[in-house]
Amino acid sequence: MQIYLPIAEVSVNAYLLLGLGGIVGVLSGMFGVGGGFLMTPLLFFIGIPPAVAVATEANQIVASSFSGVLAHLRRKTVDLKMGTVLLIGGLVGAALGIMLFNYLKSMGQVDLLVKLCYVVFLGIIGSLMFIESLNAIRQSKKSGGAPAPKRRQRSWVHALPFKTRFRTSGLYISVIPPIVVGVLVGILAAIMGVGGGFIMVPAMIYILGMPTKVVVGTSLLQIIFVTAFTTLMHATTNFTVDMALAVLLLIGGVIGAQIGTRIGVKMKAEQLRILLALMVLMVCGKLALDLLLQPSELYTIGAAGGH
Amino acid sequence: MQSLARPFFGQLFTRFIAPLVALFTGALPLAAGEDVVLGLSQNRVAITANFDGSEILIFGAVKRDTPVAADAAPIEVIIAIEGPSVPVTVRRKEKKYGIWINTDSLKISSAPAFYAVATSGPFHEVLSETEDQRYHVSVPKAIRSVGATEHVSDPDSFTDAVIRIRRKNGLYQFLEDSVEIDQQTLFRTSVALPSNLTEGTYKTRIFLTRGGDVVSDYETHIDVQKVGLERFLFSLSREKPLIYGLMSLAIAIAAGWGASAFFRIFQRN
Repeated sequence: MQIYLPIAEVSVNAYLLLGLGGIVGVLSGMFGVGGGFLMTPLLFFIGIPPAVAVATEANQIVASSFSGVLAHLRRKTVDLKMGTVLLIGGLVGAALGIMLFNYLKSMGQVDLLVKLCYVVFLGIIGSLMFIESLNAIRQSKKSGGAPAPKRRQRSWVHALPFKTRFRTSGLYISVIPPIVVGVLVGILAAIMGVGGGFIMVPAMIYILGMPTKVVVGTSLLQIIFVTAFTTLMHATTNFTVDMALAVLLLIGGVIGAQIGTRIGVKMKAEQLRILLALMVLMVCGKLALDLLLQPSELYTIGAAGGH
Repeated sequence: MQSLARPFFGQLFTRFIAPLVALFTGALPLAAGEDVVLGLSQNRVAITANFDGSEILIFGAVKRDTPVAADAAPIEVIIAIEGPSVPVTVRRKEKKYGIWINTDSLKISSAPAFYAVATSGPFHEVLSETEDQRYHVSVPKAIRSVGATEHVSDPDSFTDAVIRIRRKNGLYQFLEDSVEIDQQTLFRTSVALPSNLTEGTYKTRIFLTRGGDVVSDYETHIDVQKVGLERFLFSLSREKPLIYGLMSLAIAIAAGWGASAFFRIFQRN
């Protein structure tokens, strides 16, 4: 069934959009990532104008993250306190990020920088996670399925002031590291036009030392607010949020997120991490190839003045 | 039917035809007063939610006041449909530092979002180069890149790229030999409008030519408009963007909550 999208001004297959939403929703619920870093390139691929794809994707992430967070809230796997601290940092970071983005845009070549950002961050995070989870799986096999909760004691994290107890995460650490993480993720999220879950999740696991099960729900909570803010910004300044596209994507997305959350709960933390790592590396590889190989069409048509 | 061709034809007549007529008294080298009588299968295209392209049938007849001279070149018909024009920026990628990045760009001051030319014969036989120059009929002539040659040494390759990309998307169509002419009087063709059509007024021009020269032209419009839900959403997003944005968020939150609640009930049973 073809449907004409009022803002994107293209006609696409409705079932294709439902399916895409569903797949990305499953991943979102499983890993606590918004899925924007997967969906946005997919939307480009089926012919949605980039500006509309980025803005509408933010709107869809709100829906799937909200759906996922509710499922996590019932399982008590959301650290509300940590989420709030991260969000404060995140909003500050997003504001800084938008300023930085506009500065880069005035210099030109912002598209290239966004792509390079993707390749570098996805590459680093993907490889680190992959190696770490591979080691963890090996170790758990050696020690007979009962791995010692080995957590490197980061003295600098524990030496900082303003210590607070995060009960759900079982942590007693300073609020400074979560705020710094929030700010950094916020900056990157604004530049790269995504919720930032794929950076946030590893940062929470490896820097803050939060348990993986809590990380997913907490990350989703923060993503809701960041992407809701982004949606409103795009809708009011660029008029690029396509409601018809968003509705189709989010119907698939919310259902997918519910299924994904249930799959995620049943899986081991190491398996979950290694899958996320593989996915991140795949997207990284695809983007790197785009930059390295000669494109079949060297020319692109854009709106005058660029977006 | 009001003909836009009259002022031009008048000029043509006084400049070229009248002297000729004076020379060969009685013999009319060009059929005087050939006019287009046009019909369109639709002059409004409504973009609804399930819009999947549309086919427009264009048909008409040549109205003559006097019979055609026996030695006159056969009549040919050119039909050009032109969508709304907007400025576009074309960027070219180049390999630098081992990666492909956008380097040169060219701003094209006016490129139609849609352009279709249908002719009754091979284009260059139907319309001469000078007449094409004057009426901007062929696709390259319809794209104007005025004052855009500052930084780029080869602006033509950029306009060529626009034509190539849009032809691939079905937005630019070059339909040679697709207009059928019957008895030198009746003509018909159909143009397929693609599903990725933009809103606006589509200028439709019909030219009658003989031996490559335009003898008459006629212009009409096809209105392409979003209707119903499409219209509502589009207007809302432009006129009340904040409400539109909040509405999008409300739908997202409601859908997220709805799916969650639904799955909870589903799991309990």
